[in-house]
Amino acid sequence: MKKKKNKLAGLQKRKAIAGYLFISPFLIGFLVFMVKPFFQSAYMSFNTVELGSANFSQTWVGINNYKQAFLVDPEFNRLLVEEISRMIIYSLAIIVFSFFVSLILNQTFKGRALVRAVFFLPVILSSGVILGLETDNQLMATLAQQIEVTTTGVSITDGLETILTTAGVGTRALETLFEIIDNIYDVAIASGIQIIIFLSGLQTISSSMYEAADIEGCTKWESLWKITFPMISSLFLVNWIYTVIDFCMRSDNEVIKKIQTVMIDQLNYGTASAMSWVYFLIILAFVGITSGLISRGVYYYE
Amino acid sequence: MNDKTKAKKNRSEFWERNRKSGGYLLKKKIMGVCISIARFILLFGLCFLILQPILNKISVSFMTEQDLYNPIVISIPEHFTTDNYKLAAELMTYGKSLKNSLVISLTIAVLQIFVCTLVGYGFARFEFPFKKFWFACVILVILIPPQTISSSLHLHFKFFDILGLFKLIRGETVNLRGSILPYYLMSAGCMGLKNGLYIFMIRQFFRNIPGDLEEAAYVDGCGTLKTFFRIMLPEAKPIITSCFLFSFVWQWTDGFYSKMFLGGKPLVSTSLARIVDSLGAYIQRITGVKTTISIAYSNCILATGTLMIIMPLIILYLFAQRQFVESISSTGIKM
Repeated sequence: MKKKKNKLAGLQKRKAIAGYLFISPFLIGFLVFMVKPFFQSAYMSFNTVELGSANFSQTWVGINNYKQAFLVDPEFNRLLVEEISRMIIYSLAIIVFSFFVSLILNQTFKGRALVRAVFFLPVILSSGVILGLETDNQLMATLAQQIEVTTTGVSITDGLETILTTAGVGTRALETLFEIIDNIYDVAIASGIQIIIFLSGLQTISSSMYEAADIEGCTKWESLWKITFPMISSLFLVNWIYTVIDFCMRSDNEVIKKIQTVMIDQLNYGTASAMSWVYFLIILAFVGITSGLISRGVYYYE
Repeated sequence: MNDKTKAKKNRSEFWERNRKSGGYLLKKKIMGVCISIARFILLFGLCFLILQPILNKISVSFMTEQDLYNPIVISIPEHFTTDNYKLAAELMTYGKSLKNSLVISLTIAVLQIFVCTLVGYGFARFEFPFKKFWFACVILVILIPPQTISSSLHLHFKFFDILGLFKLIRGETVNLRGSILPYYLMSAGCMGLKNGLYIFMIRQFFRNIPGDLEEAAYVDGCGTLKTFFRIMLPEAKPIITSCFLFSFVWQWTDGFYSKMFLGGKPLVSTSLARIVDSLGAYIQRITGVKTTISIAYSNCILATGTLMIIMPLIILYLFAQRQFVESISSTGIKM
């Protein structure tokens, strides 16, 4: 009896060793390329870094770098606030948009595969450098203006905008809404992966639930909120986190551009580290708080 | 004839049933048609929205400079030309950077996915102490923007050393900036572009494979490694292919790591980012005068360049569309 137990422990031990061997590349990489630079950059944010030809020296300056970032640098505060408020608005818009589109794509109709492929295309094409180039493409903007001028008809959205703003209710909220509608292209190209995640969730809901609801006299609208919504609520959490993280690391992000200029062009490693730490902590806090709030509302079926 | 009578019979049956249901059937049918029309318009608009910039770039890339200022020309060029392609290719040193990008993206993707598969399998199938902690570290890797640690990594590789060994032997540290070695090292350690995400996806996939397969292999006397390579790896082919494709594509267009580690080598992504500047330098060289290039023309060249670097990706996507799209569904992402 004792011997058997011993052997089991041996097997478990062997499995544990095998497990560690399998993840060892990650462990090494994590310790060498993540942990060390992570703490080093934290340390650097309290120092000024002087680059020499063969070495670099650090002098402790306390929170001067943070002061530099917040109080001296003319842009950083503004960029940070702008970028974060933009992130909140756009992430919400992306979640709503992708939920909506995935509901449509979940229905059966001709050419569904084609539409799905088109919606996923931006994940491939608008990544990395291309995204950054796309945003400041003057030619497209001028072309769009030209088309707007040449088509003499009144733009429908403009008309609606005037009517709704003259009503005078919630002008600020409407402005934000119209900004999103005007930039629907940005929302659409950023929601490829989210649509697929929602879609895969929608397809796991068994149709018998909808049938039962239908027989009981539930309308489509009611079953959307009572069945679909709770069943894929966990995917809202996944998508929310993914969207926020994705938005923060896009190459056209102003804060990141700022950090890069400070680091590479001005060679001010200390301030750059301080800035990126501020940014990282804010994102982390934001993701933590919001996902905590969302996960309260998540419903698990199992 | 037979069909016609059948259809007629069907139709009369339909009206009969409609009458019996008190008009409900007709209403439902009309609603269905309306919904599908609305859906078509909506989806057509959204698809057009996504495709329009690409179509626009295609039409612009064939225009001469003259056409760009012509208010009548909007999408079909009046003077059809392929000079833009030749110029963009020359500015980006297209042949060379294409070859570089291809080699680097391929090798990096193979390396990253190989390592990530090992790690993902380890997380999915083995029990070991501190597993939760290490997996939390994987999540942390996904969450930390690479920019946070970039300044430190910069210095890390500028004065590269392993435990002071190089300094002892050569008297100075090695400057690895500008060479591609650091990036390969990082990829081998799962710290490349979005590698945390790949680990996460592969782990999810392995967790969904029933454990019986593996146990049967163990009972039959298969070792751990052999089981992994012979049994589990073929099972995981779909997720590995799609992660590989993602890794390849994202590496292809990546600007951040390329700029940081591979700055010395001409790559399509970095040379595209510089194309407008090189256009200025080029024109200055051939005319000898420093001129400002019009926004329209530089954007036209930029559009051409963009098209040239995404062309391989579009071709890839046409063939491997299923692998891309279905990869994410197949992992069954859940929290």
